Amino acid sequence: MLDLIKLRWKHGNQAIPDVRKATLMKTHRGFPDIDESKYHDDWQKVVDVCPTGAIAASPVSIDLGKCVFCGECERASGGAIRFTNDHKLGCTDRSRLIVSSGTGYEQYLGAAIDARREIHKMFGHSLKLRQVSAGGCNGCEMELNACSNVNFDMGRFGIDFVASPRHADGIVITGPVTKNMAHALSDAYKSIGEPKIVIAVGACTISGGAFAGSDQLDRKFFDEFKIDLYVPGCPPHPLTFINAVLEFIGRG
Amino acid sequence: MTWLEIRNLQSVRVSEIPVIPIEELRSETISRIKDGERFVQFFGDKTADGVVLYVVLADDNASKLFVTSSKFVSETAYQSITPEASSAHLFEREFYEQFGVMPEGHPWLKPVRSGIPGIDSGEKQYEFFSMEGEEVHEVGVGPIHAGVIEPGHFRFSCHGEKVYQLEIKLGFQHRGVEELFIRNAHRPVYLEKLAESVAGDTVIGHSGGFIRAVESLADVAVSNRAKVIRTIALELERIAVHLGDLSALSGDVAYLTGNSVFGALRTKVINTTMSICGNRFGRGLMTFGGVNCDVTPELHDRISSVIEQLDDDAALAAEVLFSSASVLERFEKTGVVKKETAVAIGMVGPAARASGVALDVRSDHPFGGFELIPVHKLTLESGDVFARAYIRFVEIKQSIRIIREQLSRLPVGELKMERRELASGSLVVSMTEGWRGEIAHIVMTDGDGKIRKVKIKDPSFNNWFALSLAVRGEGVSDFPLCNKSFNLSYCGFDL
Repeated sequence: MLDLIKLRWKHGNQAIPDVRKATLMKTHRGFPDIDESKYHDDWQKVVDVCPTGAIAASPVSIDLGKCVFCGECERASGGAIRFTNDHKLGCTDRSRLIVSSGTGYEQYLGAAIDARREIHKMFGHSLKLRQVSAGGCNGCEMELNACSNVNFDMGRFGIDFVASPRHADGIVITGPVTKNMAHALSDAYKSIGEPKIVIAVGACTISGGAFAGSDQLDRKFFDEFKIDLYVPGCPPHPLTFINAVLEFIGRG
Repeated sequence: MTWLEIRNLQSVRVSEIPVIPIEELRSETISRIKDGERFVQFFGDKTADGVVLYVVLADDNASKLFVTSSKFVSETAYQSITPEASSAHLFEREFYEQFGVMPEGHPWLKPVRSGIPGIDSGEKQYEFFSMEGEEVHEVGVGPIHAGVIEPGHFRFSCHGEKVYQLEIKLGFQHRGVEELFIRNAHRPVYLEKLAESVAGDTVIGHSGGFIRAVESLADVAVSNRAKVIRTIALELERIAVHLGDLSALSGDVAYLTGNSVFGALRTKVINTTMSICGNRFGRGLMTFGGVNCDVTPELHDRISSVIEQLDDDAALAAEVLFSSASVLERFEKTGVVKKETAVAIGMVGPAARASGVALDVRSDHPFGGFELIPVHKLTLESGDVFARAYIRFVEIKQSIRIIREQLSRLPVGELKMERRELASGSLVVSMTEGWRGEIAHIVMTDGDGKIRKVKIKDPSFNNWFALSLAVRGEGVSDFPLCNKSFNLSYCGFDL
């Protein structure tokens, strides 16, 4: 009993007081700052080093929907591309995920999420999500689970993962969508009552990521249904996910 | 010569590997398995004029591996090994699925991931084992499960609450990883990132396994400093997942203190990994020839203080968890896997050690930093959920000791070596003790030194069947607990 009390006392309060204001440690690779003028060699060399083809040479840009935040381009470009620890990367428009040279974090943030009034009205105070892993490597899944742990405690905002799609207001997809999961994913989505939202988490879901081009994928789901919120990362940090959702439901 | 003797991470010419008739391979393999050797790999390779079957066995006590092969030119069947050596069962199914060579007499020849050749792989084609009788019923779960977890289908045949049989159908996560390795063989950086994504909870384990294989083929020796940093990262990965599992196991028996406390401890460990390499799961750390990130004196002190604090905190939390009557009531004698069963089906990792099988690649076939330090193999006897939980705590303590020791002697040296060409026409077996157990990567090169075959075995491939056996005779409601006590990878199995 004494040990239990000691344990509870040592455990203390682990919750991050304000997840909107929390910052991540310097080493975290978040938003990339690109300064094209700092690299004087052929940008194609940097383009070639990117494992997922996220970098374009003219104009120089990174597609956060493809980026796996590995940092190879930072080394290859001698720091002309620099990953900052800025972690709020969620975005409602696929095209805005492409960050070009000179685009600052504030500028990205300003246009990233279109917080619609009707979304706030419907989901602003309670948002229940059904998560489906469709070829995910368990990286995104672990970070999404972490969103509900004692540190991040997403439940305090009324945002929870639920077991049944019938109880859900939206679907959170991870993974590149394998052939063998395409049917189940579609079924789960169709089982959610209207109105409903689609959240794509991680580079694999948004673009196929490291698995893009595999014969074993079936991404027709995304031709049929629109993604409402993109959460880039490999995997996205829990704070990236929570902040993206909060912004999206108008509580940022 | 029927077998070529090699060691972990020893690159050999493919032409040196004996090619023997399948009947001989079969009888040789069976007799060696009966003498205590063990399957590391059993896989096919398509060549210009047929299919070559490679078998890699391990003699763990002698730290030796034995490789042989057999060629199928026009034959489309052979006599199954499984009836004589049950640990071959999934390997033979996989070989059949990928190359269409029929293991005749295989007792359970079902699809592994994508379907049997020539038969539609659709859901309807898969025939589950079924039981009939009064009061017998079936429970189907998945592919999508209740929580935020990967997909897989579980089919229980029950009598009342009691599980008679559990059939696990996987393959939903099949992303074609091995194929992607070959298709992108000319992009070395991509391959390293792909290896990190084989199983996102085993980033250091899988990327390390693949990278060490390639380094061996390139005959590149990594500095001791890089080896030490890799070892620290691997052990941090082990500690983090084990803490997460203790948290989840606590949650599954509604012991919320354990759930919160172990969860919070895990956060501190993965954040330490992030302080080294910028990612909570160790992505971006491992690279050919060494590591991308150094352990600076400041970082050294940080890691040191985190593990010392953890040593105390984990001990206190474990003391409270493992002395709680309500927890022990659920953990003890639940989901027992006996030692004989574990050996027979070829289990590996902590789950095998919890059943008394002393297997640990770090000790049996040392790799990387473990060539420099001895690792004592830890085992428990009872093989129940309690043992699989408790061994995680014991291994956390062990990993803390390893990290402490490595930090105290962080040698000077190059962080990474230059990329080099790979040896042509060669094969290497790279085994790694990931937190789940033995990871085996086999990499083969063609005549130009280009990678032409990558075969990966996640420890989940060995252990999923153990879960089926563990729940036999248990209540359905104990399944989540048993499942969590193994915490197997779906994508690592499905690749």
